[in-house]
Amino acid sequence: MNLAFRDIRHNALRFALTSVGLGLLLGIVVAMAGIYEGALDDALRLPRASHPDLWVVQPGTKGPFAEPSRIPRDTRDLVRRIPGVAAAGAVTFESVQTAVQGKPLRLDIEGYEPGRIGGPESIIAGHGITESHYQMVADRSSGLRLGERVPLGPYHDPYTVVGLTRGMVNSAGDPVAWVSLLDAQSLQFAVTPPLQRREQASGRAPLPTADINAVLVRLQPGFAPEAVAQDIVRWKHLSAVPQREEESYLTVFVIEKMQRQLGMFMAILITVSTVIIALLIYTLTMDKLRSIATLKLVGASDRTIIGLIVQEALIIGVTGFWLGVAFTSALASHFPRRVLILPRDIGLLFGVVIVVCLLASVLAVHAAVKVEPAQALAG
Amino acid sequence: MPASAEGPALIELRNISKHYGEGQTRVDALVGVTAAVYPGEIVGLLGPSGSGKTTLLNVIGCVIEPSEGWMMLDRERVYDAQWLRADLRRLRLEKIGFVFQTPNLLPFLNSTENVAAVMELMSVRPREARARALQLLNYLDVGHRGLSMPGQLSGGEAQRVAIARALANAPRIILADEPTAALDSQRAGVVMDLLRRVAIDRRAAIVVVTHDEKIFDRFDRVFHLRDGRLDATAAGGVK
Repeated sequence: MNLAFRDIRHNALRFALTSVGLGLLLGIVVAMAGIYEGALDDALRLPRASHPDLWVVQPGTKGPFAEPSRIPRDTRDLVRRIPGVAAAGAVTFESVQTAVQGKPLRLDIEGYEPGRIGGPESIIAGHGITESHYQMVADRSSGLRLGERVPLGPYHDPYTVVGLTRGMVNSAGDPVAWVSLLDAQSLQFAVTPPLQRREQASGRAPLPTADINAVLVRLQPGFAPEAVAQDIVRWKHLSAVPQREEESYLTVFVIEKMQRQLGMFMAILITVSTVIIALLIYTLTMDKLRSIATLKLVGASDRTIIGLIVQEALIIGVTGFWLGVAFTSALASHFPRRVLILPRDIGLLFGVVIVVCLLASVLAVHAAVKVEPAQALAG
Repeated sequence: MPASAEGPALIELRNISKHYGEGQTRVDALVGVTAAVYPGEIVGLLGPSGSGKTTLLNVIGCVIEPSEGWMMLDRERVYDAQWLRADLRRLRLEKIGFVFQTPNLLPFLNSTENVAAVMELMSVRPREARARALQLLNYLDVGHRGLSMPGQLSGGEAQRVAIARALANAPRIILADEPTAALDSQRAGVVMDLLRRVAIDRRAAIVVVTHDEKIFDRFDRVFHLRDGRLDATAAGGVK
């Protein structure tokens, strides 16, 4: 006979309300873990889309996702000639803000050379860029449709959406759009005629407008990224970052603060959950001190009593946890950021909830163990 | 040995003393109590408040240890040189049934479960425990209330369930603390009839602590306690 289950059945309303409240709290914890995983997955999609082995960037920098990088466009040809390099493609990255049909739209623009590495991984509708100018492939999370025109740049040049991708956003959750490298360079580096005239009047050299942010490199089989990167650094005086390292810069430096922020909130919520479980278990235990004394008097061991209390804590915690998972799963699609609930995180949080339940029952167990069987005989 | 009892004593108290505190604050709750209770016998334990009745019941019930003396419970020596404190719980579980002033039923278990819980503490399988619990409830004429929660029972029904629980471990010693105090005289009479039935059917020794004058005539013998001392004329039969 499971005494814990029967006691909970006896206090069903109190148990149900507490479990729902706990479920909402733990649901937020699950959502936060899911938001972090979603942001991490989103952030890594763009650098992984072209499956590069190396990122060649401005000397002394760590790549376009960690800090600004600006290198000449001919860097791609220099790099292509390094032994072991199978393919290279010049790319730019820039965030732009525009408006479509009166609605503001923020896009992460990647410029690439069609036919070289750096473009969208797969297109789910339409086609890739086929012309040098004013075509765009956009992620469908932008809300753009095929054939729609998007004004970009200082003169609001209309870019036509010719293709759509799925699930391509940057680490901030902004949808990614691809344009030709020429267009991207124009968007990022072109100066307006008044500025150009002012520069000329001041006697300065014209600002370069054909720079790029990085060169993506794919290696021939059998070449180690670290070795080729060393050659590039030594002979071309550039920085070359292996893909794994580039990803780690993104996750460690860009996502880490989000992880800490969310981790802090999760710790607070788990602490609150512990207090709620402890409070409920303690009050349930206080309510049945006489019953505990009676059980002890008729021969129940401390182990039986402790089992009763710990099982109640576990039943409440585990019920609340799965309610939380269910809440979050049901609401995941309504969150503004992607919520990626991974079995690994669920398993980890489940373990944390078990530990929390054990901690929460300590106070009640202490009170119950101190109960003397003689208290059952007291009038 | 009284006429209604037969066989060796089930409870045999030898020079039991219990005191609290030391020096000037010392209080003697029990002083050299020696007595015996035999199978089939119902003994009343009477005395004014503070005379040591409950303390003696607690000592016999293996709830508190005496300061001096030892006893035999169903042929097992307790509180002597070989006695282990860890045995108290086992003794309570295996040898003693308790009936309280209030039924003290576990509020989250129904009547059958309240009785079966004690059997399960003795490792009886749940299904068998339920069947035996229901038999006991039927024996005490409350079988029809087997699925009722304690809050749904009348005072008399709850006390019958409590007696059934006291019998769940098939004890030969039953200790009752004011079992009729909360009942009217008719229901008190029914409870005493039930205890009598148990004493006869199961050859059990029953000790009842009471102030309830309406049941004084239901005892085979009466032990009077005054200031922790037992009236020697009633202690009877210890050799």
